[in-house]
Amino acid sequence: MDTKATLQAQSDLLRRDILTMIAKAASGHPGGSLSAIDMITALYFKVLRHRPSEPEWPDRDRFILSKGHAAPALYAALAHTGYFPVEDLMTLRQFESPLQGHPEKGKLPGVEASTGSLGQGISIGAGMALAARLDQKNYHVYVLVGDGEVNEGQVWEAALFAAHYKIDSLTVLLDCNRQQLDGWTNDILNTDPLASKWRAFGWHVIEIDGHDFDAILSALDEVKTVTGKPTLILAHTVKGKGVSFMENNIEFHGMAPNPEQLQKALLEIAA
Amino acid sequence: MTTQPITKVVFDSPLQPPEGRTAVRPYEGRVDVATTATSGREDTRISRPTNGRAPFAPPRWGAATRDAFGEALAALGKEDTRIVSVDADLSKSTKSNAFAKLFPERFFNCGIAEANMVSIAAGLASCGKIPFAASFASFLLCKGFDQLRMSVANPGLNVKVVGSHAGISLGEDGASQQSVEDLALACALPGFTVLAPADEISCKALVRLAAYHEGPVYIRTGRPKAPLVYTAEETFQVGVANTIVTGSDITLIAMGLMVYNALVASDILKAEGISAGVIDLHTLKPIDEAAIITAAKNTGAMVTVEEHLLSGGLGSRVAHVLSQHCPTPQVSVGIADTYAESGSWDQLAMKYGLTPQHIVSAARTALKQKKE
Repeated sequence: MDTKATLQAQSDLLRRDILTMIAKAASGHPGGSLSAIDMITALYFKVLRHRPSEPEWPDRDRFILSKGHAAPALYAALAHTGYFPVEDLMTLRQFESPLQGHPEKGKLPGVEASTGSLGQGISIGAGMALAARLDQKNYHVYVLVGDGEVNEGQVWEAALFAAHYKIDSLTVLLDCNRQQLDGWTNDILNTDPLASKWRAFGWHVIEIDGHDFDAILSALDEVKTVTGKPTLILAHTVKGKGVSFMENNIEFHGMAPNPEQLQKALLEIAA
Repeated sequence: MTTQPITKVVFDSPLQPPEGRTAVRPYEGRVDVATTATSGREDTRISRPTNGRAPFAPPRWGAATRDAFGEALAALGKEDTRIVSVDADLSKSTKSNAFAKLFPERFFNCGIAEANMVSIAAGLASCGKIPFAASFASFLLCKGFDQLRMSVANPGLNVKVVGSHAGISLGEDGASQQSVEDLALACALPGFTVLAPADEISCKALVRLAAYHEGPVYIRTGRPKAPLVYTAEETFQVGVANTIVTGSDITLIAMGLMVYNALVASDILKAEGISAGVIDLHTLKPIDEAAIITAAKNTGAMVTVEEHLLSGGLGSRVAHVLSQHCPTPQVSVGIADTYAESGSWDQLAMKYGLTPQHIVSAARTALKQKKE
């Protein structure tokens, strides 16, 4: 099987686990987890230099899920790369489980930042990248943000900062699924045109289909060649991607599938 | 009709800041009130209002605690490359510029963006650095609070947060720059250690202790020169209050600039035959319960003094300890439920109730409650 097919099979597996754990928890955010999972799969199974058996390895690449509500996507990737047993995924959101509703650093191996209050991930990632510069380490920092999340002012503070300090070891993946909790992003708070905004802020911008593994891998290769500026990967995605009745359906931003919906979804993904 | 420009300005010289002030006699701590009273006019220039009365020795001036922080940070930077500094375009005021000059590669000016700065510091700390993030206390705690909460406190990262120009003693810049709530906010961050040094000597010591204290720390510094309450030999420990004066009738617990005012109040009370102990509670969290309980048992009456809102700061936290372990009459001196305003520190201390006279008055009330 070629890389693309392998990653596709892997992300389908993660999609099934994401939906199963959310259904088991009876709460969570399927829509934004499914829009981000292909990029997260590419990172964890192909791109990141990391050691799941040594989560604190100082030279590891860092990944921050700034849109913390997509926690199930991160947890699925961490479990399937070996940070903790896959069975633990079914404890999502349960009392005293390390799989908190939103990721918390220190509770679960592999979680690099406590997120869920939107807007903070790029700043944290920039701080990590500056530390690498001071220590003359060459790890890369990846931050995944949502397109609703860029409503937050801190995102733009961080965008200015990373460009000013020419942090080329920082890559932000913008999961542009065009929806946020209350509806379409352009109806809630129009942030278009995103590519030219980030370019104007001094970033290298790569625009891709966030579900096309060739495009994702090609972009993640390209970021390594960029010098003197941070990179934004503007990834066009579909909220709820992979499940027909969840795609572009805002109801599934923060609603768990019921058992029947889960069965239907699992069959679709397996097909 | 046109308006007229101001043509005549009268400068009121006693309110001008003292230029080139020469050091006055050291504060000895045990002043004979009757023989050392100086003129009221002289005392309008020192950072404590006297309302025309000056029944205590002039202070022995030290540097502002913000200057002491700057000096201590620069010294730490020399010996430990893990120390890094971030600021939000106020490094000339917070005094982190001393570090920036020596170690430009380890200093990151974030511009006027406090929220970003706090999360940057979190990222640095998560990779083994010891970042000191400085800005005015009001901006840092209020604009950076969610970042302090989720980026720093939730994972318990080793970030040192330095809020300068705290309290109302910065004076003329007014309420937007003054910070009357920073200690309450800092104490509301689980796992944070909260420090409020009283003078230059204690500030330098506490900044150093904070650097090597594992976990997040908030350090409160002030703008004006601070009277010295310690000598260089004094030792400090995070979480352990320093008892400066031992008393038998009442205990005055203070922090920051209010420690000196409490010492003055203690002298005034002494002249009236009242033995008032003074405790510098430089660590507000974790609070030194043992020191508070011991003092309460020994004296049976307490006064707390803080340059902060009465809610959520020193008075609230001491009351919490006393109510649980050793119910004792307590009167709290601090800022009522209000913001302050522009004015000299002397004028503001008088209006908002932070002078030694206010402390003396509170002590009398507490002593009355003790008898009842």
